[in-house]
This record gives sequence, C-alpha cells and structure tokens, in this order.
Amino acid sequence: MPLIETPDGPVWKRRATKETLIRWFFWLIALAVIAYAWKGISDKTIWFFVQDAPRQAADIGGRMIPPKFSYMSRLWVPVWDTLNIATLGTVIALFIAVPVAFAAAHNTTPHPIVRTIAIFIIVSSRSVNSLIWALMLVFIFGPGVLAGTIAIGLRSVGFCAKLLYEGIEEIDHTQVEAIEATGASRAQQMVFGIVPQVLPTFAGIGVFRWDINIRESTILGLVGAGGIGLELSGSINTLAWTQVSMILLVILSTVIVSEWVSAKVRGAII
Amino acid sequence: MSVAESDFPSSWKKPPFIKSPLLRWSIIIGSAIYLALAFGTMDVDWERAAEGLPRGKRFIAAFFPPNFSDNLGVMWDGIFESIWMAIISTVAGIALSVPIGLGAAKNLAPNWVYLACRSIIGGSRTFPEIILAIFAVKLFGFGPFAGFVALSIGTIGFYAKLLAEDIENINPSQAEAIKATGAGWWQWINYAIQPQVMPRMIGLSVYRLDINFRESAVVGIVGGGGIGATLNTAFERYEFDTAAAILLIIIGIVMVLEYTSGYLRKWVQ
Repeated sequence: MPLIETPDGPVWKRRATKETLIRWFFWLIALAVIAYAWKGISDKTIWFFVQDAPRQAADIGGRMIPPKFSYMSRLWVPVWDTLNIATLGTVIALFIAVPVAFAAAHNTTPHPIVRTIAIFIIVSSRSVNSLIWALMLVFIFGPGVLAGTIAIGLRSVGFCAKLLYEGIEEIDHTQVEAIEATGASRAQQMVFGIVPQVLPTFAGIGVFRWDINIRESTILGLVGAGGIGLELSGSINTLAWTQVSMILLVILSTVIVSEWVSAKVRGAII
Repeated sequence: MSVAESDFPSSWKKPPFIKSPLLRWSIIIGSAIYLALAFGTMDVDWERAAEGLPRGKRFIAAFFPPNFSDNLGVMWDGIFESIWMAIISTVAGIALSVPIGLGAAKNLAPNWVYLACRSIIGGSRTFPEIILAIFAVKLFGFGPFAGFVALSIGTIGFYAKLLAEDIENINPSQAEAIKATGAGWWQWINYAIQPQVMPRMIGLSVYRLDINFRESAVVGIVGGGGIGATLNTAFERYEFDTAAAILLIIIGIVMVLEYTSGYLRKWVQ
C-alpha cells in the first residue's frame, strides 16, 4: 500500500500505479472474453421466445397449481425404484471402490503401475456425469432400473474410492507396525491393522454418497433409466402440469428425508 | 496357587464394529430383508439385458479408435457452446450471488434481508440443475440460453451460500478496526470484508466454472444446448464412434479444468 507524493502532501492509495494498470488490463481481457462468450450464446438464441418467457412462466405456473395429490397412488412404485437405484448403486460402488482404493493408496498399493491404473479408474468415473453414464447404459441394457443402478454404481466408484484411499493414507502407522511386529502377514496386517482404522470412514462415505445418489437417481429417468424421473419426463411430455408439480413435491420430500437420515447416521458413526 | 486353564483365553476375536449386538443384528437382518425385497421387486428384463452385451461390446469397440473426424464441425460447435455457457453462467451467477451472499450473512444484514436472501439461496438449491434446465427449455426454447439460465440459478445456490458462510466466519477485529477509522458502509465492505473473503472466493469461482462446464455437458440432454446436445444426437443416431470421441473430449476438458482449478486454488491461497 504505497504513499504517493503529491504537491499537497502524501496521499494513500491501495495499490501502486503499476499494479493498478495490470489489474485494469486483466479486467479488460476478462471483459473481452465474457463479451465474446455472450455473443456466442446470443447468436444461437431466438429472442422472441425469451421475451415471451414471463407469459409462459405465468401460464405454466398457473397450470401447476394445485398439485394433483391423487396422483400419489401411482408414484409409490417409482419412488421405491428410485430408492433401490440409489441404494443398490451405492452398494455396487462400495464393492468396487474397496479394492480400487487399496490399490490407489500409497501405503497399500502392490505396485506403482497398479496405482496409476486405479487412479485412472477413479478419475474417469468421476469425470462422466451419472446422466451420461445412464444414457450410455440405457443404450446397452435397454430402459429400466438396471441401467440406472449400474450408472449410479459406476459414477460413485470414483467418489468413494477417492475419499477412501485418502482415508487409508491418513491412518496411524504405529498400529500397523505393532501388528507387523507380532509376525502377521501382509493380508493380516491389512485386516487387523488398516481395516479397523478406516471402517468408520468407509461407513461415513457410504452414507454420504447414498444421500447424493438419492438426488441423482431422481433425475436418471429423464434418459429412461427408471425411477421417478421417468414419471417426470412422461408428465412433462404430456403437459400434465399438475402431475409435474406433484412429482416435484415428492422429489423434494425424498431429498429432505434422505438428507435427514444421512445426517443422523453420520452423526451416530463419527 | 492354581488357576484354571480356562481363565487365560487361548483365542482372540476381533471386536465387532457395532458394539450393541441387538443393533448389529437388526441392521444385518434389516439389510438382508431390504436386499431381498429390492431384488424381488426390481423389474429387470434380463433377456433384454443379455441382448445388450453385444451392443456393449460394439460400444466399447467404438472407442478404438474414436471417430474425431466425421462430425468435427458439430463437435467444435458443441464444445464452444459449452465453454461459452459455462463462462457466462459463472459470471452472471456470481454477479447475482454477491449481493445475495452479502444479504445472507448474519453479521451484515438486518434480519428481514437475511431471511429473504436465505430463502432465495434455499430455493435455488432445491432442485438439481437438470430439472431447472427442463423448465428453462420450456420457457426460453431450445438452445444455450436455457442452459445458461439453469446453470446461473444453480451457481447462485452454491456461491451465495458459501460467500455468506465465509463472511460470517471473518475475523471481526479487522472489521472493527476499519469501522473505528470512521469508514462508511461501502468502505467497510470494501476494505474490511472483501480482502478477507477474496482468496477463497476466487478459488470457488474457478471451482464453479469447473462444475458449470461439467453440468453444461448434461443440460444438453434435455435441450439446453452445448456438448450434451451433440452427445445425445450422436447416441440417437447410433454413431457410437462419434459419441466415444465426444466423451473423451469431455473427460479431457474436465481433467484439465480440475487440475487448473486445483492449482489455481492452491496458488491463490
């Protein structure tokens, strides 16, 4: 924070002149990028539809009220499916994540090459969104809960394995050494030295991911992968807006309940 | 002094993870029942799934090699659209988040502003971006504008919430020191609050740009423009080799972004 000498005495400024100029230059570039990006979008927009949007919003909003509560009787099965997709998907993910995590952790990996492969599995699973996984799997397995469950499973592997291997790397080594000193083999060290230390982390990760998966499985139906999203896209396509608002209410309450459950369970574990 | 041999255990068992046997067994039995029910009611068409395996093979075969050349023009279009969408929605979302975030910080705002801003945040966090995108497409028509609106709303829920929490956790003594110099409200915000939250906020905006790019790959599936739309079209035409190329490009960009954002966040802090 420089003082600048002027004829009327020193004046305090927040930044030196050069720094201010650099900052202005940076903002100029940022502004140019933003303007260019905006042009890219606005060229592909039909502005008539955008101007029409408030009227449309009022129209659709009006049609959504009141929610069709009687529709609930047909929603129980999709909700149950959604729950199954999320839960079974999490179970699949955890089963795959455990060996991957042990292969990816510095202190348990059998070989650096194995570690690289494990890290690659983690990264590729994480960088593809579950909806894109579902899109692919629907083409392979056909529409239905199976595609959704596997999509959720594949998507969650990376997340679970990443957190788990970080947990494995942070364990207390003295305990493992103590087990080793009793003459235990590597497998025994794993089971008695490492696993008990990471088990709470493991359970926490499972519940945390389950909560995220409930949210994700509500929308998988949009590409045909089962669950309540299937009803949602059906209702939107047939313009049954009172059903749409009912489904949104159900999704909202499912998410709130799952969040509450996961907070309770994690509170009990940690 | 003779001691019975049985007083010294000759074997040892690992203590169970859950101590109370009642809870342990009810969890085990409960999950067994749940799994049986879940598998029993899951309506899976195994014949169709088995049919899928050769398709799956074809799909995987399409990755070797992926077809980058046939639809290059469309792919570039989609990628740029996604990037523009990610940039604009991050900028717009953050621009809207700053006032909302200031209002949602308990130590800055009066109670009614606090409640109003918190409910805006809560509202925009309620639904995933993809559902917002469906409605945006209904309102604004197909194309990147709908995706932009959906992602901006998603950004508000994320950024304003974290900004508000960060402001609530600032060091109050610095804020007090600035106040003691007789600073006005704007000066107070600008010289006491902003420098304290800025490094983390810059990191978070890069992170959000990363998220918005990922999401922009998805909103296209429901008509929100961007690379997702290109991907969806490729699937619908059964052009698996093009789809594979698009997927690889998405993975590549996401990985680059993740590394850059991680690096930038470390550098800023």
